[in-house]
Amino acid sequence: MDRIARFGRFWLNALERTGRAHLFLARMLGALPSLLVRFPLLVRQLYATGVMTLSIVLVSGLFVGMVLALQGFNLLEGFGAESALGQAVALTLVRELGPVVTGLLFAGRAGSAMTAEIGLMKATEQLSGLEMMAVDPFRRVYAPRFFAGFLALPMLAAMFSAVGVYGGYLVGVEVLGVDAGAYWANMQSSVAFMEDVGKGLIKACVFGFVVSWIAVFEGADCIPTSEGVSSATTRTVVYSSLAVLGLDFVLTAIMF
Amino acid sequence: MSSTTDSSESQDASLVRISDLHYSRGAKPIFRGLDFAVPRGQVTTILGPSGTGKTTLLKMIGGQLKPSKGSITVDGKNVAKLGRRDLYALRKRMGMLFQSGALLTDLSVFDNVAFPLREHTDLPESLISHLVLMRLHAVGLRGASELYPAELSGGMARRAALARALVFDPMMIMYDEPFTGQDPISMGVLLTLIRTVNQALGLTSLMVSHDLAEALSISDYVVIISEGVVVEAGTPDELHNSDSAWTQQFLSGSPDGPVPFQLSAPDYAEQLLAGVSR
Ligand SMILES: Nc1ncnc2c1ncn2[C@@H]1O[C@H](COP(=O)(O)OP(=O)(O)OP(=O)(O)O)[C@@H](O)[C@H]1O
Ligand SMILES: [Mg+2]
Repeated sequence: MDRIARFGRFWLNALERTGRAHLFLARMLGALPSLLVRFPLLVRQLYATGVMTLSIVLVSGLFVGMVLALQGFNLLEGFGAESALGQAVALTLVRELGPVVTGLLFAGRAGSAMTAEIGLMKATEQLSGLEMMAVDPFRRVYAPRFFAGFLALPMLAAMFSAVGVYGGYLVGVEVLGVDAGAYWANMQSSVAFMEDVGKGLIKACVFGFVVSWIAVFEGADCIPTSEGVSSATTRTVVYSSLAVLGLDFVLTAIMF
Repeated sequence: MSSTTDSSESQDASLVRISDLHYSRGAKPIFRGLDFAVPRGQVTTILGPSGTGKTTLLKMIGGQLKPSKGSITVDGKNVAKLGRRDLYALRKRMGMLFQSGALLTDLSVFDNVAFPLREHTDLPESLISHLVLMRLHAVGLRGASELYPAELSGGMARRAALARALVFDPMMIMYDEPFTGQDPISMGVLLTLIRTVNQALGLTSLMVSHDLAEALSISDYVVIISEGVVVEAGTPDELHNSDSAWTQQFLSGSPDGPVPFQLSAPDYAEQLLAGVSR
């Protein structure tokens, strides 16, 4: 009996929380117009989330591209098709690894920071203080962070892919001796802008939306203690990573 | 004509009116029919044992928590019934000094004090700087204007928050423990400041404080709350002459008397004998 009650309570709580998260999202979207007026707030958050995540994204992109070239070369060499290395690296990056790995890195680097910052603002009564000064935290705190994350992720994913392609070039052409002309020409002829780059960007936009939503909501909804903030931060990373991987499957199934 | 203005003025003699307020946190009742009014233009102090819900009450007056029964009206408006826009309009006319200060940690002291002005007005920066420095000077922190909240002591942070609460010239200010952590000199300055600001700007002050002698010295009206109801209310003199044993114990700070020091808990001896189980 007790177990059934606990089971029911668990699902009721989960459902209630999902409902709260959607109401929260609606209010953030409602605060969008005010952001256009107060552009500096958005720029500042773009810097905090985007620019600060850039270095880790670039370094990871370089290594992922280099590894792709190594693995791809071994595989393609068996068929005597190593000249197709360029397109293999580029398509893998642009369609899959760019958005997905950037999404995961973004959740770990920027998402967790967003949650912790907002959670601490709540724990130290800064959010209450804002409300008492008649300043809406949705306009001042949540919406700028949410939209900054939403805008930053696609840009970061694009840079990840670009650097990755270059990493593939370094290993494939400079080290393993694939012909440079073949590397670039094959890539150019087989990567379509709308079909591959465009759909990869759609994925990145969706991930940016979901990761930032989770991060900001977890921060605002946390229990305002040090424990509460730390478990909210953990939840952000776990839920965002799962969401990125799950949505990637769904989007791939739909789009490609 | 004059009689109608008279009657509306006498209606408005109190700025905040709390009637039959009920509220609980979880299963724990905090207010059980609280009733009192805060007279306009005066300094009112709320006293009560730690944990009775004074901070909670201030948050309810600011509309951050909703009563489960009863009502709070501020300047004739029922706070719990206001829409967001009206509530924000009302809050612009209220200042609140939080118990923890609640300064924004990513802004310097100067920017913190300037924050309400920058958010709600289009004043030129030179005028803002003027107003902010004036307030900071009043609380003795003009020299700390470039420091960040993390670099302030507890007492300094409280004074910076006070400067911020005052900068918008509100109609009412709520102070949650303004004197905690102040040395005797800044305490004296704050007392004078609260009193003169109240007089000069004609605003209404509502203060929660545990520093009895100091708080009473500048109060016009005192409300003592305990266990969710008003125990006694009146001018400081009336309280000093009160024959309620409760009030006398609270004012003298004696541990023996009707006011319990302990939160309600199981019998001490029993709990000790029961061993480690909690
Ligand atoms: N977030 C919360 N969740 C649950 N209970 C709370 C919460 N905040 C406060 N309480 C409870 O509400 C009661 C009133 O708290 P409040 O902070 O209003 O007391 P207070 O009168 O301001 O005390 P103090 O003089 O020590 O500041 C306390 O008994 C506390 O246990
Ligand atoms: Mg308190």
